[in-house]
Amino acid sequence: MKALLSSTSVVCAMVASTAWGGEIWVTNEKDDTVSVIDTDTLEVIKTYETGERPRGITFSKDFSRLYICASDSDAVQVMDPETGKILHDLPSGEDPEQFVLHPDDTHLYIANEDDAITTVVNTQTRKVVAQIDVGVEPEGMAVSPDGKIAITTSETTNMAHWIDTQTQQLFANTLVDSRPRHAEFAKDGSEMWVSSEIGGTLTVFDTATQTERAKISLDVKGVHPDRVQPVGFEFTTNDTHAFVALGPSNHIAVVNAGTFEVEEYILVGRRVWHMAFNADKSRLFTTNGVSGDVTVIDVASRKALKSIKVGRFPWGAAFRPSP
Amino acid sequence: MTVNHMIRTSWALALCLVCSVGRAEITLDVGYLKIAVPTPPTLSDLDPIPENNGLAGAETGLQDNLTTGKFLGQGYTLTHETVPEGDDPLAKAAEMLAASPFLILDAPAETLLAIADLPQAQNALLFNATAGDLSLRDADCRANLLHTLPSDVMRTDALAQVLVKKRWNDLVMITGVFPKDIAYAEAIRRSLRKFGLTLSDEKIWDAGADMRRTAAQEIPLFTQDFGDYDALIIADELHDFGRYVLYNTWAARPVVGSEGLSARTWYPVIEQWGASQLQSRFEEQHNREMTSQDYAAWAAIRTLGEAMTRTNSTDIKTLRDYILSDAFELAGFKGRPLTYRTWNGQLRQPIALVHPRALVAQAPLEGFLHQTNELDSLGLDRPESKCEAY
Repeated sequence: MKALLSSTSVVCAMVASTAWGGEIWVTNEKDDTVSVIDTDTLEVIKTYETGERPRGITFSKDFSRLYICASDSDAVQVMDPETGKILHDLPSGEDPEQFVLHPDDTHLYIANEDDAITTVVNTQTRKVVAQIDVGVEPEGMAVSPDGKIAITTSETTNMAHWIDTQTQQLFANTLVDSRPRHAEFAKDGSEMWVSSEIGGTLTVFDTATQTERAKISLDVKGVHPDRVQPVGFEFTTNDTHAFVALGPSNHIAVVNAGTFEVEEYILVGRRVWHMAFNADKSRLFTTNGVSGDVTVIDVASRKALKSIKVGRFPWGAAFRPSP
Repeated sequence: MTVNHMIRTSWALALCLVCSVGRAEITLDVGYLKIAVPTPPTLSDLDPIPENNGLAGAETGLQDNLTTGKFLGQGYTLTHETVPEGDDPLAKAAEMLAASPFLILDAPAETLLAIADLPQAQNALLFNATAGDLSLRDADCRANLLHTLPSDVMRTDALAQVLVKKRWNDLVMITGVFPKDIAYAEAIRRSLRKFGLTLSDEKIWDAGADMRRTAAQEIPLFTQDFGDYDALIIADELHDFGRYVLYNTWAARPVVGSEGLSARTWYPVIEQWGASQLQSRFEEQHNREMTSQDYAAWAAIRTLGEAMTRTNSTDIKTLRDYILSDAFELAGFKGRPLTYRTWNGQLRQPIALVHPRALVAQAPLEGFLHQTNELDSLGLDRPESKCEAY
């Protein structure tokens, strides 16, 4: 009874600490589903079916549409998040793995992993606008806040490819360490960060010159460097810190984005892939592929609060406010 | 600075990158030489060895290199030759080395050494993509010969780790009569000693012996006098009789080694760590599944590609130095960076433990520790190797 009481009070404290409600949507790669987690109760409230091998996931600006990379269905699916119904598929090219929605809320930039191509799709007309040749196994996708630059990282070519979104042409190709997996712009677009899974590093580029500003090595005590494999990452409020998923080392690194120093490592579930924040970025939800759960991290205290069981091999994560 | 201005500036800065797409400024020419050897007949024809075994992997690796190279103004070519049985492999090797010092080899150990010792090979970089012989990583090593195929002992060490983990300590073995079987059996004995396991009995499967019924009918009798044991090891690297042993043993015990639970360099069931992407890329290009030999040839040409990407050089010394340096790492779809052992030129790599339908484990297994790199718990470690060429 005492245990029950204390756990209840923990939940109450959690509810009180959150400014407003929301949901984290998680793709389950080997279950062909999305799980919806309530960011206040920290429970799975809904599970919807998707196409085969869902990975990348993102919402439209007004959160009325959910885009899902159904990799093995060779489609980007558009779901109505109110009903969980798939409204239609978008032409996506083969094997879409990750994508990014342009700030114009219309164009999706999609990495076609098997084809060494980035496909640009207009979500309104449902037409392919452009296909851009990139390196082998494109995966990480990012777009600058002003929408002028899109990035594709290619895992086997080991490059970040810089796309001019007006001409849909590459204007630079920059080498990074082995197996780049994820890219994000930071600090109003002045920096572009890339994680290298096998290289075990993050490369920070100066956007204006596409030159390397810093390289951050990650090193978890007691874990062989080979197993410290940075993949997804997200920035905290004002981009002061990056929270970086380290794959099979089962940790999240907290990197100071000003000094480029690693401040902390947080133990989470097994083979952590990607993550999403709640509404006020007070909590971070990480997808743990092998353990099949989502770890909730309190951002201020940098402590893991809870693990939430989802489907098999959770991969992508996206936030939307409660309807 | 406006963003438009920013993009214009970056266009100018990136100009050389843009104009170089599709037009190589430097090109690396790679040779692939196969020395044909006779293959003894096997009981089953179910799994023919593909004609382009190995070469197909090099071709897929070439494509990967070309895609990367087009963004850097770097080109690659691949020239392949086969020396028919009975012809002189050394003459052809010398001819190819005159054209390019980078040569991937599909040849038995003694031919590899003869090629490595050619005067034309002294300033060359050769890749052994087919021979698992321990001696090539030991006293017979050569400074100009790297090995992308794991040694037999790397594979048998991987198997032994699983046996230790499963506590299958009491083992018996059936060995074929071909040289590859005998070499594999020797590697098994070495690995069992290394990991403190017991080989309590051994038998030889001699197809020439008095086998009057089918193998399936012979196996129960053949295995009856093993008595009790934990697992049966098959040393049948040509895949002749081993496939008939499973489910036909007298005792109900697992079969491991060349059949059953098997340690492989590469196998179609490997799908983790992005491997399914390499598998599907390969299958699309060649209409068949990727073998270990394909993987080793892929790794060889990708090694050269990775070194050229990072050094922007085709100079043999620059590339060799980079490949053997701490900076080198190859993303080989095995969940860890692949690097070369600086004491014998062997490519370090995890080894898959598979059955025909799934991956069972990946060695090094958790708990098998090493003072510098757990991958060195597989195969000849620095203090054990008698290689002095490096």
